[in-house]
Amino acid sequence: MSTAAPTLRTEVWRALGTVLDPELDESVTELGFVASLRVDGPEVRVELRLPTYFCAPNFAYLMVADAHDVLTELPGVTHVQVRLLDHFASDAINTGVAAADGFDASFPGLATGELDDLRRTFLAKAHSVRQEQLATGLLREGRTHQQLLEVRLRDLPGSTELTRLQRRRERLAIPSGPDALLMLDDRGRAMDLGTLPMRLRLARTTRVGVEANAGWCRGLLSTRYGDRSGDDVPRESQPS
Amino acid sequence: MYEKNGEKYFVVDSHIHFWDGTPANQANRYGEGFLNCFYDYHRNLSPESELWSLEHFQKQSEADLLHDLFEVGYVDRAIFQPTYLTDFFVNGFNTTEQDGAIAEKYPDKFLVNGAWDPRDGEVGLAALERLVERWQPRGIKLYTAEWKGESKGWKLSDPWSYRYLEKCRQLGVRNIHVHKGPTIYPLNRDSFDVADVDDVATAFPDLNFIVEHVGLPRLEDFCWIATQEPNVYGGLAVAMPFIHSRPRYFAQILGELLFWLDENRITFSSDYAIWTPKWLVEKFVDFQIPEDLQSEYGTLTPDIKRKILGLNAANLYDIDVPAGLGVAEPAARTAVASETNEGAMSS
Repeated sequence: MSTAAPTLRTEVWRALGTVLDPELDESVTELGFVASLRVDGPEVRVELRLPTYFCAPNFAYLMVADAHDVLTELPGVTHVQVRLLDHFASDAINTGVAAADGFDASFPGLATGELDDLRRTFLAKAHSVRQEQLATGLLREGRTHQQLLEVRLRDLPGSTELTRLQRRRERLAIPSGPDALLMLDDRGRAMDLGTLPMRLRLARTTRVGVEANAGWCRGLLSTRYGDRSGDDVPRESQPS
Repeated sequence: MYEKNGEKYFVVDSHIHFWDGTPANQANRYGEGFLNCFYDYHRNLSPESELWSLEHFQKQSEADLLHDLFEVGYVDRAIFQPTYLTDFFVNGFNTTEQDGAIAEKYPDKFLVNGAWDPRDGEVGLAALERLVERWQPRGIKLYTAEWKGESKGWKLSDPWSYRYLEKCRQLGVRNIHVHKGPTIYPLNRDSFDVADVDDVATAFPDLNFIVEHVGLPRLEDFCWIATQEPNVYGGLAVAMPFIHSRPRYFAQILGELLFWLDENRITFSSDYAIWTPKWLVEKFVDFQIPEDLQSEYGTLTPDIKRKILGLNAANLYDIDVPAGLGVAEPAARTAVASETNEGAMSS
């Protein structure tokens, strides 16, 4: 069991809650990917686990590296170790992240270029899904497509969905403040009436795919590890 | 053939295997990991009554295969899709030769597809000619994430791939099944990405490209391509068993496919031996889109089910459908017109 003050442990858990599975757009804490967490004084050790031995190593690398980064930035933390368990590329990923080598150097000759483009592609998908959820809510309340184009974030009531949309926008570096339009594309440009219905329809398909995939991954994780949670891991999660 | 409530269904299981995943054939930890990953798929999505032991899952006998598909599984014709994986399994996992031996023994039950790998260059092109002469496949199964020595994957749009596709066209092998699978390397790429299907579907309009597991987890990318390319099909391998434990997701996936494609370009499969066809066919015929989703997705008619369960694949593979098992009425449903969305999203 942890011997640290509960506050640091809480901070660590909260920080891990910002680490997303890029493909599923949920945090590693929500998805049950944190297998164990130990906080000993200023030293933090985290073990991550995934639904299958062959889960995409590019996404796996991003999660391990992101977890390492957010924990390293926490005040009061001096040593961080993040290890991926039970994966075909565990050794290469763990060694590469620990040495802060970057992705290429972790897989010499087997990767070209870092993962920024991949990350952006999936953030853009995630953004379109969050946006479609909020837009569909407004359309159900009776707004027209034309009215939707005029909605700004300050017009929306505070909600988990809105917070998530804003966080995705911050990462995409597109307007996320109260004056920002709700309907922006992933480059921050305002949408137009002509393309809006098709964009919303495609985002809905994206949502179906992501949700089905997340359900499948959760199922496989529980098949692989049983329904037990990871050892020594808090049960509650916060919106990511 | 399956019959229920007076409706008859001709069943083509368009994606099956006859594999050897036993420890003796596992070449390394990757082979073991691969088989165990499949076994978790099986355990996660099968009804409890259909669960197998790991030992049974590793290898099925010829008698098991015939029993599961034809004696109790309602299947009329089944199509072997090879998966060589020779870097993971000593004798390969599921090769054309293993499958073909069974197919030749029961020519009225099975069709066998071939495979190629563009990294084999000229030698592979000659081998493809011999393979087609020997086994007369009407289709090819491609596995773009397959390892080969130092290479950990390839794309359909690679120059050598174009030469192999051209060879298929010349030889009259028209059905190209594309498995977008668990990534392997190069790791920075998204190996589930279906964009390369778009390129080759345009370049080879007289070939059919059947994207397995309907592009999941990139459903929207697959739908977008399939809407614009009339020769792109969706194979329901892996999506099908959602019908039991996650029926709502299954309804949504199928609803999206019917919206973007149409009922003529979706094909049923069990992905045997990951799952078995009996329960999938029974549940599919009983299945309906949940009421609250019907305003968006419509409903499934017996004719739509007939097409998905067998008639679409029969059409692709020139399989004779016995009289009385075709559709009752011509298609009434149209998908999104392809010309409407291209311009819509290009701004």
